[in-house]
Amino acid sequence: MTMVEEPITIIPARVGGVEVELPLGSTVLDACRRAGADLPTLCYGPTMTAANACRVCVVEVEGSRTLVPSCSRKLEEGMEIRTDSERAMHSRRLVMELLGSASELDRAGPDLERWMRQARAMSGRFGPAEPETPRVPPEPGHHRPPDTASAASVAEPARVEDELYVRDYGRCILCYRCVDACGVEHQNTFAIAVAGRGFDARISTEFDVTLPDSACVYCGNCIAVCPTGALAGKIEWDMREQGTWDESRQEVTRTVCSYCGVGCNLDLHVQDGRIVSVTSPHDHDVTLGNLCIKGRFGWMYVDSGRGV
Amino acid sequence: MDLRDLLDQPTSTERAAVDDLLGSAPSGWDGGEITPLDGHVAYGGHEARARRHLLLPALHAVQDAVGSVSKGALGYISTRLTVPPAEAYGVATFYALIDTRPRPATLIHVCDDIVCSRYGAEALKQSIEAEIGTPGATTSVGGSNVGWVPSPCLGQCDRAPAAMVHRAGTGYQNVAPAQLATLTGLQFDELPPGLIHQDRSTLTLLRRIGVVDAGSLDAYRSSGGYETLARAITMGRQDVVTALETSGLRGRGGAAFPIGLKWRGVAEAAGEEKYIIANGDESEPGTFKDRILMEGDPFAVVEAMTIAGFATGATKGFAYVRGEYPVAERRLSGAVDQAREAGLLGADVAGAGFAFDIEIRRGAGAYICGEETALFASIEGLRGEPRQKPPFPTEHGVFGKPTSVNNIETMVAALAVLDMGAEQFAAIGTERSTGPKLFCISGDVARPGLYEVPFGTTLRDLIVLAGGLREGNEVGAVLVGGAAGSFVDGDTLDMELTFEGAAEARTGLGSGAVIVFDETTDFGPVLRRIAQFFRDESCGQCVPCRIGTVRQEEALARLAADRPLGTLTDELGRLDDLAKVMTDASICGLGQTAASAIQSAFRLGLVGAAR
Ligand SMILES: Cc1cc2nc3c(=O)[nH]c(=O)nc-3n(C[C@H](O)[C@H](O)[C@H](O)COP(=O)(O)O)c2cc1C
Ligand code: SF4
Ligand code: SF4
Ligand code: SF4
Ligand code: FES
Ligand code: FES
Repeated sequence: MTMVEEPITIIPARVGGVEVELPLGSTVLDACRRAGADLPTLCYGPTMTAANACRVCVVEVEGSRTLVPSCSRKLEEGMEIRTDSERAMHSRRLVMELLGSASELDRAGPDLERWMRQARAMSGRFGPAEPETPRVPPEPGHHRPPDTASAASVAEPARVEDELYVRDYGRCILCYRCVDACGVEHQNTFAIAVAGRGFDARISTEFDVTLPDSACVYCGNCIAVCPTGALAGKIEWDMREQGTWDESRQEVTRTVCSYCGVGCNLDLHVQDGRIVSVTSPHDHDVTLGNLCIKGRFGWMYVDSGRGV
Repeated sequence: MDLRDLLDQPTSTERAAVDDLLGSAPSGWDGGEITPLDGHVAYGGHEARARRHLLLPALHAVQDAVGSVSKGALGYISTRLTVPPAEAYGVATFYALIDTRPRPATLIHVCDDIVCSRYGAEALKQSIEAEIGTPGATTSVGGSNVGWVPSPCLGQCDRAPAAMVHRAGTGYQNVAPAQLATLTGLQFDELPPGLIHQDRSTLTLLRRIGVVDAGSLDAYRSSGGYETLARAITMGRQDVVTALETSGLRGRGGAAFPIGLKWRGVAEAAGEEKYIIANGDESEPGTFKDRILMEGDPFAVVEAMTIAGFATGATKGFAYVRGEYPVAERRLSGAVDQAREAGLLGADVAGAGFAFDIEIRRGAGAYICGEETALFASIEGLRGEPRQKPPFPTEHGVFGKPTSVNNIETMVAALAVLDMGAEQFAAIGTERSTGPKLFCISGDVARPGLYEVPFGTTLRDLIVLAGGLREGNEVGAVLVGGAAGSFVDGDTLDMELTFEGAAEARTGLGSGAVIVFDETTDFGPVLRRIAQFFRDESCGQCVPCRIGTVRQEEALARLAADRPLGTLTDELGRLDDLAKVMTDASICGLGQTAASAIQSAFRLGLVGAAR
């Protein structure tokens, strides 16, 4: 039997006056990148359905009253897109400035650093960030009046609850990726969700119980998708706190996980002869970047003195 | 799905409240008594998960009964509905009227929003604070534990200051105008819908309010009720939709979308399962029209929804009533029950061979849930977070099915179209704004209240109708469209109250709120209250709104305290930058309008550097 493949429909569009052609089903972001635009994205990740929350990827589409989130808007035939209009650039810069004013972004990686530099985003322009305070239970519809001295922030003490991973929510930008990874997209555990409303919304377990008390199975798949370092393996987090984490000194070795028969690819990140983290390639067709507790954390047994 | 139950058990009261709604738990898997059989047979699964839409009603049930939702209660609800506890907690903590922390059995919500704060709320808050303590504190009053919290607009602005009292195990009551003695006396009478100052016989939309018994189907019928449904059935589906198109009736909920197009969209959408939603979540500060309609003429809402079902082929309707409107909810429930009993809802409506029924859903203190896609999420048992459109509700609405969302006033106006005829309706008002329109006037006028006028009436005439300004003062500014609207000043009083006239005056009619401020007004506190409102009501999903509304409020607070960050010009530039990103890049109308009133006030020189 021969399979008749659906012919792929190619549709034309224009980005900044440049003609591009992409398969039907592509996003506006795909078209912009095809045209060479270096658009920022944060809540959108390659292995997940776009959450369409952060709005850092907005562009101008002719005929649309408001700006359009490029990551989640499907490309339409003949769309006229502009990535570099003053409006679009303003909004992208402001989104980055606002995020930087409320969350610690220094572990969000080189891409965001570049995007912010290029946009001349100045996170400090809203005043000094409010210092770290322990999280209080949500009270939707109520908040303390501004203190007129600092800019409200999400800074809170890092949660070091076990030897496996740390939740450092002062770095959280509420991109929903960990929630989706834990829930419908990958893990189907639903251990974490967004609780509270507005600026006081936070990633939380039920009643903010600790992870060991929650439904968490320590698959670490949320860590794999977190764009800001708010979720990090304990060893990586410790090393970063101590200033010893250095990716330029790390070697990555690919291997196949031996704990079960699924055949997940593992990337072992080794620094100074010690495994400092384990990831799985996002483009691996078995894992899509996901692992289970054994694959992600089982290597800790390689180092003596640490137990799960 | 891998669910772990919370360890705490519900109290018997909590369990009973949930079981009253869901029926008692059939097996140990659903949180019932664990029997030996349960070790071998598991129920639940798909059928139980399909009941997720009962999450908010279940949270309400517990909150109503005991005043808050404890760990044990949340755990029990999660088990009964097969909702992961973390998600149930996420939903519970989205709503201002669901408490996940223990609170006093009696909680008084005191409105300190735009109008009330200028009409007695500040004094009321002070006296309550003296009696009870700060918000969150608990005092025993006459043997009952009482506490209080400030509240956004309660939709009673024409009789400010307003309050709402919730007594666990008893229910909600609106109190307006509120006095300390009445509040702490804990004895309340049910409030009437409100005074209508116009002669009812000259009105269309308000003709029954306060005249016809809102609790009686017979009274409704003898005042012409259900004649419109009969007429619609005679006309047939097609002609009903065509009449609405011809009438030019545009939505009264803010977006001004033609109702005919919407109903046609749903009628022509593929599939059998379709929904009608009457949007009674009215939470725009300064707005109380839908409350008065629901309280004073609930059968009209039910009849209009039934006609919508007939015309579109939808067999199920939801009336989503704001959580702060207990009287409206009771009246509407009563109307639905009576209509069903009379065969005017159900499997064969009025013997005309179509099915339609209505379920009432109660909001829980979230302005954003009035936004149509957030409203879907709220009904479905999710957090009330809007989503990007397209896809539009007429194709992808509640439960992913074609849905027509119509504002309560729009629904009642649709009856008027069919009663008077489309041409007649279109002849009222202007070419692009047809029919009669309700305006809620509050603030510094002699007779605040709800007024019905033809579109095209000027703002000045409307103010005259409301008795003019108090104490012979001049107009300082008028906030048209509520917190999401814009100010116009005394030079703009001749603006026509139409969609196009409002746009020309750089405002929008929005929800029909018209808040009048006299020349003596200090607009600083008004703007700060508006900024606070948006910061409190943002759902938090997108960055421009979640963080932008915070930074906007902070900048206004610094200006008020005379502690600008940099120069005054820097602050104004910052506010302007924030306004742009919120307007251009927010997902929904909340963020997109969160800066409009504030920007208009600066533009008109009502505050700040320009004055
Ligand atoms: C933040 C926000 C709140 C809203 N609240 C309400 C509301 O309380 N009642 C309402 O009818 N429409 C409200 N809307 C508008 C609805 O999304 C929708 O347009 C309307 O219900 C459609 O009915 P209509 O066509 O009859 O106006 C709101 C919109 C936004 C953006
Ligand atoms: S480690 Fe796995 S189970 Fe635990 S919160 Fe993260 S994704 Fe969910
Ligand atoms: S913890 Fe990380 S992945 Fe989760 S919402 Fe925050 S930034 Fe996103
Ligand atoms: S604009 Fe505000 S309310 Fe609307 S989706 Fe964004 S955060 Fe939520
Ligand atoms: S990356 Fe597009 S909205 Fe976040
Ligand atoms: S009821 Fe207080 S402002 Fe509307």
